[in-house]
Amino acid sequence: MVEITLDGRALQAEDGELIIDAAERAGVYIPRFCYHPRMKPVGMCRMCLVEVSGPRGASLQPACFMSVADGQEIATVSPAARKAQEGVLEFLLVNHPLDCPVCDKGGECPLQDQAVSCGPGESRFVEEKRHWAKPIALGPLTLLDRERCIQCARCTRFAEEIAGEPLIDFYGRGDGIEVAVFPEQPFTSYFSGNTVQICPVGALTSVPYRFKSRPWDLEQVETTCTYCAVGCRVAAQSSAGSLVRYLGIDSDPVNQSWLCDRGRYGHEATTSPARLTSPLLRRQGDLVPVGWNEALRAVADRLREVPGETVGIIGGARLANEDAYAWSKLARSVIGTDNLDAQLGDGLPAELVCSLPRATIEEACSAKAVIVLAGDLREDLPVLHLRLRAAAANDGLQIVECSPVPTSLSGVAAACLLYRPGESVALARGLSASLPGDVPGVGSDALAAARRTLAGALESSPEGDGIVVVLGRPSLAESAAQLASAAAVLAEAWPGVRFLPALRRSNVLGALDMGLAPGVLPGRVSSDEGAEWYGAAWGSLPHKRGMDTAAMLEAAVSAEIGTLVLLGADPLADFPDRRLATQALEAVPFLVAVDAIASPSSLLADVVLPAATSIERAGSTTNIEGRVSRLAQKVVPPGQARPDWIIAVELAGLLGADLGFGDVDGIWSEIERLAPSHHGCSLHALLGAAGADGIVVPLPSVAVSPRRLDRIDPMATPGITSVDEQGAPLYAGAVAGVAAPGGDGPSPKRPALMAMGTGHFAAPTSPPPDGYAFRLVTRRSLYDHGTLLQAAASLSPLVPSQALRLRPKEIEQLGVRQGDDVRVRSLTGELIVPVVADDTLPSGVAVLPFGVVPVDQPSAADLLDASAIVTHVRVETLA
Amino acid sequence: MITDHPRIVTARMGYDDSHTLARFLATGGYDGLRKALSMTPAQVQEEVNTASLLGRGGAGFPAGRKWSMRRAADTTYLVVNGDESEPATFKDHMLIEGDPHQIIEGAVIAAYAVGASQAFLFCRGEFALGYERLLQACNEAYGYGALGPDILGSGFALDLVIHPGAGAYICGDETGLLESLEGKRGFPRIKPPYFPAAIGLYGEPTIVNNVETMANLPWIILNGGAAFAALGAGSSAGTRLFALSGHVERPGCYEIEMSKTTFRDLIYDASLGGGVRDGRQLKAFIPGGASSPWFFPEHLDIGLDQDAVGKAGSMLGSGSVVVMDESTCVVRAAWRITRFFARESCGQCTPCREGSGWAEKVLRRIEDGYGREEDLDLLMDLCDNIAPGLGWPPKQTTICPLGPSIPSPIVSGITRFRDEFLLHVKEGACPMPPDEVRRG
Repeated sequence: MVEITLDGRALQAEDGELIIDAAERAGVYIPRFCYHPRMKPVGMCRMCLVEVSGPRGASLQPACFMSVADGQEIATVSPAARKAQEGVLEFLLVNHPLDCPVCDKGGECPLQDQAVSCGPGESRFVEEKRHWAKPIALGPLTLLDRERCIQCARCTRFAEEIAGEPLIDFYGRGDGIEVAVFPEQPFTSYFSGNTVQICPVGALTSVPYRFKSRPWDLEQVETTCTYCAVGCRVAAQSSAGSLVRYLGIDSDPVNQSWLCDRGRYGHEATTSPARLTSPLLRRQGDLVPVGWNEALRAVADRLREVPGETVGIIGGARLANEDAYAWSKLARSVIGTDNLDAQLGDGLPAELVCSLPRATIEEACSAKAVIVLAGDLREDLPVLHLRLRAAAANDGLQIVECSPVPTSLSGVAAACLLYRPGESVALARGLSASLPGDVPGVGSDALAAARRTLAGALESSPEGDGIVVVLGRPSLAESAAQLASAAAVLAEAWPGVRFLPALRRSNVLGALDMGLAPGVLPGRVSSDEGAEWYGAAWGSLPHKRGMDTAAMLEAAVSAEIGTLVLLGADPLADFPDRRLATQALEAVPFLVAVDAIASPSSLLADVVLPAATSIERAGSTTNIEGRVSRLAQKVVPPGQARPDWIIAVELAGLLGADLGFGDVDGIWSEIERLAPSHHGCSLHALLGAAGADGIVVPLPSVAVSPRRLDRIDPMATPGITSVDEQGAPLYAGAVAGVAAPGGDGPSPKRPALMAMGTGHFAAPTSPPPDGYAFRLVTRRSLYDHGTLLQAAASLSPLVPSQALRLRPKEIEQLGVRQGDDVRVRSLTGELIVPVVADDTLPSGVAVLPFGVVPVDQPSAADLLDASAIVTHVRVETLA
Repeated sequence: MITDHPRIVTARMGYDDSHTLARFLATGGYDGLRKALSMTPAQVQEEVNTASLLGRGGAGFPAGRKWSMRRAADTTYLVVNGDESEPATFKDHMLIEGDPHQIIEGAVIAAYAVGASQAFLFCRGEFALGYERLLQACNEAYGYGALGPDILGSGFALDLVIHPGAGAYICGDETGLLESLEGKRGFPRIKPPYFPAAIGLYGEPTIVNNVETMANLPWIILNGGAAFAALGAGSSAGTRLFALSGHVERPGCYEIEMSKTTFRDLIYDASLGGGVRDGRQLKAFIPGGASSPWFFPEHLDIGLDQDAVGKAGSMLGSGSVVVMDESTCVVRAAWRITRFFARESCGQCTPCREGSGWAEKVLRRIEDGYGREEDLDLLMDLCDNIAPGLGWPPKQTTICPLGPSIPSPIVSGITRFRDEFLLHVKEGACPMPPDEVRRG
């Protein structure tokens, strides 16, 4: 600590702290434009000049760049400081167009605000201003008005420092300097919207929000983004009852104010004309609108007729925790089935996920080493990618990347292991073995680099406490069982290792926590362990262990399952075996779809029930860390759409049962009371200060005090003024944490959480490579042909085109040229696609994106076999 | 007083083939290097300390002291700054075109002293011939053994890269230059870190010296630092190149013993400037490049001495002296220089970026006859917002010294020639004769 004097007041500041931060903690706000608390200071705009007395007398120094020093005297409002600040502000306005009346930023603009608070009041500039064409498109979602730009470099620094995608930079010099893109390289970053969010003037505007609202017409709530499973905190803003904008909230442990463009602009789907607004019932082959009573009665009638174990429920990742719990309870205690699966064969075994010792994002970013055994995180969990990338690039995080093909993290990884598709178990053994051995496909240099990195991490803790594994599906063409075995190998080698599951779909972790998986009861409890507990609480439980999605689809084909409920699931688009999904949905006699927007699968249903989206109801959601955060309602559901939990409650009622709750908070209270992993995570805690950033379950036995930024900084994130419509109050500094309550619970005994090894994951051996074939790697892209994304008008055109990527040499060997069509054939199907050269690929690997074309067009899903360990494909010329 | 000093850096000027290795070797070239390599690096540095050689780039920081500030590290770089871009400065230009080997020899000596094994010479991009000659000389030096893995059999290794600039004045700022060398925009680096000697090119300790500074080293090593220090007076030791231009009879680049010679000598002596052209009266002169505040006839007897000029409120800077006779329009002169700064501001700092452009527009308006009386106070206050207090040396509100350079011509002009500015306003036109070459 050092002693400083700020405007005559004696203060203590931390060593090395910037003057601007020390002052802010003391309640003195120093004006600024270029400074952003989440980026390195550059001292460019000079707005934060303050008078600092040092050994050589007083001088004007940028408070954002100068650190405090013992004995320093700082004057932020002395005549010299004020004159400098007014001077800078007058300079900034010299070439600014002052077109505030037609500017989106007007009303929430740091330049406006600070012109009032720190400006000279009047400009003496009478010359002609600089003129540019306005606006110009930097990319598909971002527009730039160069006349308004004040050259603070927030956007260019974000692109380079945080996103690692320096697609925008300065061009020209002097007062002709402008932000520009490189020729033929538009600003296509998935994170482009953040530059709009942090622009301190109206220079950057987004295509979706431009001219949509004035700031004073906006209402906002703080909620959690549910487009992927990272769980970014957002301010959702509406105007005239319609969602218009999402802004990232600076949640220190999660998104640190950043969002991906899918999360930021995906809310367009909420107001899409494709929304289901009324229940639909199939009559004479057509789906016709009916009332809720009629639709629900049709479903209840069917459920009453058939044995419970012939009913399957697929999906649930779109649901809030409370919905998932309600459906889990409905299925098990009323319908009598354990055939529940929130995943669609593209995730990881539920028992594994529920039993993994979990790491937080923060722990991953500060780990000694992170093993990423997952797909391309930028495509799957963009903000997790952002956090890990920035930690690696700026803070020296050591990443060992394990993937069949390079990913967006490869450039910053300490080691990049391109293992042969299907060989992840061998890879895990190779990494954890004390003796060096070969790993199929992995070069010895890369393996040595990875071992060095891990050895460094194991030095301080041989148990592996310093290692975090980000575990997902590196390719949908490699079976989940392989990855589960690989995880088991790592956990066995290093008992202290922790995992961050890289499952992408919305609230999939919450759904699994709520028991939307066969053999898993709410609270990460196995069916066996929890039988007595839940039997007592719920009345009855199915005796037979249920099926997962793949098994349910097969059972539907073989008529063992006669009723399928799709809870916001679209197996035709998402299940990685198109043939099986199609056969199953066509064969099943009774199909129910609960959906917000009609998907190709739900259009096959006999009954379609319209559901509310997460911004149309209250509740909670759970992210990859197990962090439970509150969802807040901002708009009302369209038409007759309603939250999923109400549908479950009503169905139960029609079936003569009472689920025992009548509102969302009541459900949460039951979850907190019954689900062992959520014990102590009370509504009170979630709504209190400690819950502002969400609460990671299970709670530690000793409370850890979370720390949050002092307040929402309007200069860091213009547009968020305060968030007061939802539980999380703003507060300063550390707050009391929440810990699991001690003492014995009621009788029967509270069941124990699942531990690693609960599930038995067979470690199938990969078949030997086929000399004539390629091993297929298929993964999703952030922008895909999924229903939600296609309903977002600004995002739907951004889906990449479908092409097969091969090494240039292998294209040459085929005798075709880049762009030519080839036939790709597997044991299950075939398709014709253009071929594209990619010299970063290892040999023998063919890459095809998953889900980038409509379901009625041939795609990677036609090539996959749900039961195969790895998919071999042949690539043939058409001639 | 014109002294009979030795020609230290211009000894070879006058030979048509002064830039060739043959001429260089025939005139004692690389003897200084040979001698330096027979000494220890510490001895070389001590010799340069003894010489009290001030950096010749503009800031006038003692070269030896700069060297000794370097942080100990495995890698140290030497960067030679040949990005001479200040208007009316053309001394490095002459050295680069006329005697490139001398610069290379000096660079090898410096690299040896500071323990650098990689050196860069950043040559202003517009010096097409100079760049060509530097490349030629560099190749010849490698062939001769003055560069490469085993220099002149000493075992000392140095590689030199001749790097052409891309046309930005700002890259003459040492940190702007380093950024440019790294392949980035020429944005000067914010301080701290204060000195490239601690954190420079690619984060490594880096010694950045001017071309003329390097050119002095062979002579200093051959003749001893004491012989160099015996020239000049006080801290301004040795000789220095002065680029004399403007309204003089004999514009040119002159090597002159520092301190002993005055501005009057430089401008009026028959062997140097030869007086103001056509016998006109001196109105003002710029003593040290476009960034320096102007001097007037009463300053003529100040010696060409860093401290003396500093005390009088300006600087020797880059060693370029521009003479303005009575026919000069000071508004136009100030506008011209301001326009240069406005065009060359890198655009990072608001006061410099916007202030230079604004001032340029106001000056232009006054010159065009549309000025207002209050424009003079506006210009002064605008300058005050760039360099608070308008004192000397200027206070800085910007990252690099380009910002505080902007007020120099404006404040000098308005303070001294307020009436002439007001005459522009009153007459609604420029009262002075037009340029012989019209402005663009």
